[in-house]
Amino acid sequence: MSKTISEINEKIKEGKAVVVTAEEVIDLVERDGYKKTAETVDVVTTGTFGPMCSSGMFVNFGHSKPPIKMTKVTLNDVPAYAGLAAVDAYIGATELSLKRGMEYGGAHVIEDFIAGKDILLQAESYGTDCYPRKEITTKVNKDNVNQIFLFNPRNCYQNYAAATNSTNKTIYTYMGTLLPNYGNVTYSTSGELSPLLNDPEFRTIGIGTRLFLGGGVGYVAWEGTQHNPDQAKSENGLPVAGAGTLSLIGDIRGMSTEFIRAGVFQKYGITLYVGVGIPIPILDEEMLAKTAIKNKDIYTRIVDKSGKVDLDILVNYEELRSGQISLFGKKVSTAPLTSLYKSRIIAEKLKGWILNGSFLLTEKVCDLPAHNKVNTLEVRG
Amino acid sequence: MKKIKITFEFPPNSIKQPLTYRLIKDFDLMLNILSADVSLNRTGRLTMDMQGEEDMLEAALDWVKKQGISFKIFEKEVIWNEDKCIHCGACTAVCPSGALSLDNETWKLTFDREKCLICELCIQTCPLGVMGLNGDNASLDT
Ligand code: SF4
Ligand code: SF4
Repeated sequence: MSKTISEINEKIKEGKAVVVTAEEVIDLVERDGYKKTAETVDVVTTGTFGPMCSSGMFVNFGHSKPPIKMTKVTLNDVPAYAGLAAVDAYIGATELSLKRGMEYGGAHVIEDFIAGKDILLQAESYGTDCYPRKEITTKVNKDNVNQIFLFNPRNCYQNYAAATNSTNKTIYTYMGTLLPNYGNVTYSTSGELSPLLNDPEFRTIGIGTRLFLGGGVGYVAWEGTQHNPDQAKSENGLPVAGAGTLSLIGDIRGMSTEFIRAGVFQKYGITLYVGVGIPIPILDEEMLAKTAIKNKDIYTRIVDKSGKVDLDILVNYEELRSGQISLFGKKVSTAPLTSLYKSRIIAEKLKGWILNGSFLLTEKVCDLPAHNKVNTLEVRG
Repeated sequence: MKKIKITFEFPPNSIKQPLTYRLIKDFDLMLNILSADVSLNRTGRLTMDMQGEEDMLEAALDWVKKQGISFKIFEKEVIWNEDKCIHCGACTAVCPSGALSLDNETWKLTFDREKCLICELCIQTCPLGVMGLNGDNASLDT
């Protein structure tokens, strides 16, 4: 038996849809088997809350009197890109504050906007006949600007390699602090709850898919940068390192600082923790089977982040989650960077929205690429 | 009764006295060893909670000094701003004592203050800046 997305949406509107999280579905399948569970369950919700550096925000400030064609823009002393129309700007999550450096950056500006705070806007211009003003200093917030939306070129990595350090010195990376001599291993996905691991072939997730973004509603805008569906896969068809990615878009005004947070990785830089949850319509038994994957079936590579040693080690998320794995015969502690606690809350929240009828599923407008070549940057003269 | 958290530092090959035995026997102190890193030809470190009568604690520290052993009393405490914590677990990657761990049912961070060595690694590592110190700087007394 199979269902269509519009049939599922009808059930949602009638308040009759059966919605479970990607963790709960595992127990259901264990109890009732694939066939019966595929008939009863309509939607499986996923969730993740991790550091996603490739994030940023567009703002349109509105025109002042007299108007200005902003060329240089800072928000709370953090540079934003203004090489767009007069009062449009984009602020990237990893941008550092001019005065405070790594203490405060683009991600903090985004979080402060979401929190409703006043943000100091300073802009300069060369002045034109139609935009005579040459500088402006004022305060803006999410309610007095025009459009303000998150637009993240790459979020939601489908799996990600775990990290360790082969050298005899501590290294500071975007995968956290890695202790010397394989002193620890860090990893960053929500495993069986992770959105793209529950629809590994992008059967239901594509351009236009509506989703939970930062506490509000967002959409898949495009394939994410470095989208790599051809990543090596294990026998069950799941990638064993970073593979598919999504570019996401969503209104800042609907978001909450509970699900968007700025973070600083020591001696590395600033990042944005982004909460994402994607609903998977259970169209048939095959789709259900994909959402019933378990941590022990999802493998990831371990990579030496010092770049010195090529490791060829696969571990699964059940092992990583146990807090300890054995590496070269030694017990090594493992730690996540993605908050599983928050990932669960996101999957639950999205489930709640669907159950109360406030969130309907979408048909994708266009497929994500099933194949893609990831280029490296050659240094050419 | 008073309780302090203290780290002893032994110069290489200097341990002539059985330190913990003397502290217990001569000064009637209760000891709870939190971490020990003592090996030959190297500076050794021993961190523990010490509890006893105030005058006994003072006398014990006087005696320790005379043995050429230096020590550091922790006056600070690590503070976890739980409300702002996202329970990611990044801090558990560096915590040497197991004071910070993730509950594998709820996946929330748990902080066992008793085990904390006040090494401050989590403070620098936490991306959200939710671990901090309160109190004065630890004083190094020799
Ligand atoms: S690293 Fe910081 S935010 Fe993450 S669990 Fe530890 S204290 Fe909480
Ligand atoms: S200071 Fe932090 S890292 Fe160090 S022992 Fe205490 S809790 Fe663990």
